[in-house]
Amino acid sequence: MVGNRQADLSQATRYAGAIDCDLHPAVPGMSALMPYLDDYWREMVSVRALDRLNLNLTSYPQNAPLSCRPDWTLDQGRKPGSSLEAMQAHVLNSCQSRYGILNCLYGAQVFHSEDMAAAFCRATNDWLRDEWLNRDSRLRASITIAAHNTELAVAEIERRADDFRFVQVLMLVSGEMTLGRRQLWPIYQLAERLGLAIGIHAGSAYRYAPTAAGWPSYYVEDYIAQSCAFESQLQSMISEGVFAKFPNLKVVAIESGLTWLSGFVWRADKTWKGLRAEVPWVTRAPSEIIRNHVRFTVQPIDAADEREAILRLTDHLKSDKLFLFSTDYPHWQFDGDVALPDGLPDPLFRNILSENALATYPRMAKADHALEVAE
Amino acid sequence: MMARHIVATVDEIAPGQRRLVSVNGREIGIFNVDGEFFAVGNRCPHEGASLCKGRLVGLVEASEPGSYQYSRRGELIRCPWHGWEFDLRTGKSWCEPDRTKVRSYELKVEPGGALVEGELRAETFPVSIEKQYIVVEV
Amino acid sequence: MSTIEMDRSQSAKHKLRVIDCDIHPAMTSWTEVHPYLEKQWIDHLSVYGSHLRHAFSEALSHPRMSPDAARIDAYPDEGGPPGSSLELMRKQHLDPNGVQVGMLIPLRWNPGSQRNLDFGAALTRAMNTWQVERWVKQEPRLRASVLVAQEDTEAAVKEIDARGGDPNFTQILILPRTDEPLGRRRYWPIYEAAVRNNLPITVHVGGTNGHPSTGGGWPSYYMEEHHSVAQTMQAVLTSLVFEGVFERFPKLRVVIMEGGLGWIPSLSARMDKHWSRLRSEVPHLKRPPSEYVREQVWFSTQPMEEPGSAAELIDLFDRIGWDRLLFSTDYPHWDFDDPRYAFKANLSEAQRDQLLYGNSRNFYGLG
Repeated sequence: MVGNRQADLSQATRYAGAIDCDLHPAVPGMSALMPYLDDYWREMVSVRALDRLNLNLTSYPQNAPLSCRPDWTLDQGRKPGSSLEAMQAHVLNSCQSRYGILNCLYGAQVFHSEDMAAAFCRATNDWLRDEWLNRDSRLRASITIAAHNTELAVAEIERRADDFRFVQVLMLVSGEMTLGRRQLWPIYQLAERLGLAIGIHAGSAYRYAPTAAGWPSYYVEDYIAQSCAFESQLQSMISEGVFAKFPNLKVVAIESGLTWLSGFVWRADKTWKGLRAEVPWVTRAPSEIIRNHVRFTVQPIDAADEREAILRLTDHLKSDKLFLFSTDYPHWQFDGDVALPDGLPDPLFRNILSENALATYPRMAKADHALEVAE
Repeated sequence: MMARHIVATVDEIAPGQRRLVSVNGREIGIFNVDGEFFAVGNRCPHEGASLCKGRLVGLVEASEPGSYQYSRRGELIRCPWHGWEFDLRTGKSWCEPDRTKVRSYELKVEPGGALVEGELRAETFPVSIEKQYIVVEV
Repeated sequence: MSTIEMDRSQSAKHKLRVIDCDIHPAMTSWTEVHPYLEKQWIDHLSVYGSHLRHAFSEALSHPRMSPDAARIDAYPDEGGPPGSSLELMRKQHLDPNGVQVGMLIPLRWNPGSQRNLDFGAALTRAMNTWQVERWVKQEPRLRASVLVAQEDTEAAVKEIDARGGDPNFTQILILPRTDEPLGRRRYWPIYEAAVRNNLPITVHVGGTNGHPSTGGGWPSYYMEEHHSVAQTMQAVLTSLVFEGVFERFPKLRVVIMEGGLGWIPSLSARMDKHWSRLRSEVPHLKRPPSEYVREQVWFSTQPMEEPGSAAELIDLFDRIGWDRLLFSTDYPHWDFDDPRYAFKANLSEAQRDQLLYGNSRNFYGLG
């Protein structure tokens, strides 16, 4: 039934039980990571003055309007997203979220040096565990990896295997190479075995131009171009046969935008019908592969009428299982509490809010059990 | 009403070759794949290309990515335009076998001596006893 | 379960009247340009050939799934590549498909992407004359496109001004994989010249610039590469909008050719959404991006989208704007669209005529 269930509830409880699949905790500075670095890297931080570097990604300039919602800024010039208490007050408590997934976009994963990147990714993950996961039992996290060294990335994932609060492996949509490539497969193999989703988040390591037409002038263009990078990565993972090889793998496109999906599946399905002999392991239409394997966080939606857009996408993609609730905190995608538009029919609303995420992240609820046992 | 039609003699279509015939206004492609004959409609159901002008290809499958398995050489017709593959045995497209297919016709090879006069439409084929004929049911 | 069937009787009723915005003429032999190319460049071409930013001197690094990227029924009996025979083009396409006017889009040598700028500019001049002499003068239904060496803006402007008064030319052709996104300031003199000569800028799939063909890196398969052209077009349109090209040249008209259609409403919405957040970075934009697109950009129809239902296709056309769609076949390429069967929806006679003919007649100011 199409019902406006939200109208019956106070706004405060509208999202009760939500699973917020895109929260951005900020590393306040290199000093926070120092305890988690070994002697060599601690000395290098000092010798090379790495602690003076601001590792903010070009993909998210710290003061750009998109990077932080005005009412989510912190006082004393602290980085948006760097306070657990603020995150709790701004979204976790106000939405009455059941779980929230942390995607840390500190610059660790983009250093050219594979060793340096791996060391800082490891430190970032340790810091996430101590400063966030251990302090709020609702929190879950993605494992930050530097995908340009597969072996080191696999080692980092192994290191987190027994901590079920890590529910996902985090990769940038524009890293060093298309994400379907076979040299990355050990990452996918391990993720599948451990029940970790592969989260592909907006953001570029800027190893190459953001578009096939070259380098745009403006940040807004870079940001807009990322939905095209998501298209490319899905096409890459499908074409290379990642889902044929790893049939239980789940991929989550995070902060990808949504409305491009219609055009994507039309074109991908049509192209496949004519070219499938090039990639004979692709035995199902791309739209079906996406339905089975790929999920999308709902901020941003990219439509003037967001309710209509979600209903249209559900219709075009023939599924109400695709979308995962997210606030993209502290990024400024929406105002007030309209993380989801009003007037979505009830089963769809419930699926987006929590059911789809539970099905996507099998480790998420397991962690509760593990915590209880530990206590 | 279905009727049987003689459309060619066997020796007119060599292995690997095809011929376009017209029966009751329908264009039908007759294909010889290593001595076995198939008859399918000539129009691609997608955008109307003449399938008879397409390339005969084998069936490409894969047990896993990177492992190309090739079989049934020449038993699929690949549309000359968009490359959709159709199975000559069933008329079904590879990608949407239930939804997108080209008409496949019952075809028999019969010796002239066995063909009973009157049952067949063979306006252009004076039947001779010693030849083999391709007979299509349309 | 239903079987898709060609409804021949239905389509036979329609007397076709078509303007085809995208026909690819080819050369039987490269010596065809000799009469129009200076001896220096003939020698250069035979000694050094094409010098582009990709791996093969004469081939593409993602070989197509059909030779010459062509319909395999489009090879002339007398030899030569598809698109090289005017007689076959007439017999196979212009006559049976009711083409009243056909626009030539020559792709050989990719002159605008040539790293040797002088060579590229010489090729554009030669190929522009070649289009007129070899094609338009032989077949009054055909029109030429002004090829330009866009990386050498001065040469490009000169060529546009040289051809601007010639009614044989209907548009200026640029391939989207340019050195920099097409909105960048270095290209603005080209837009100024386009407006001055009242010619639209047509951006047709192609070009090589050395950048990975996707925003996620280099793809392995042609299936990915084929998909990526739609993303390249999104980048081009985003650049033209956000650099303020439409704001600065309100009379400029742009055609996005062979880039697909499915992404247009979503890109427009995405541009509006993030412009609303980040507009302080681009104060030269006075209006939401989608408004510039709606007013100054047209789209060719091939390769036609084939969504799950006819209703989705109609909804897509509604959201793009029916008057923005210019029919094209891409003859003789493999992903050709047939005017009878390309639109998988029940269109009224008026809608069909608008898409196949009326929009282009109005847009190009034909008869």
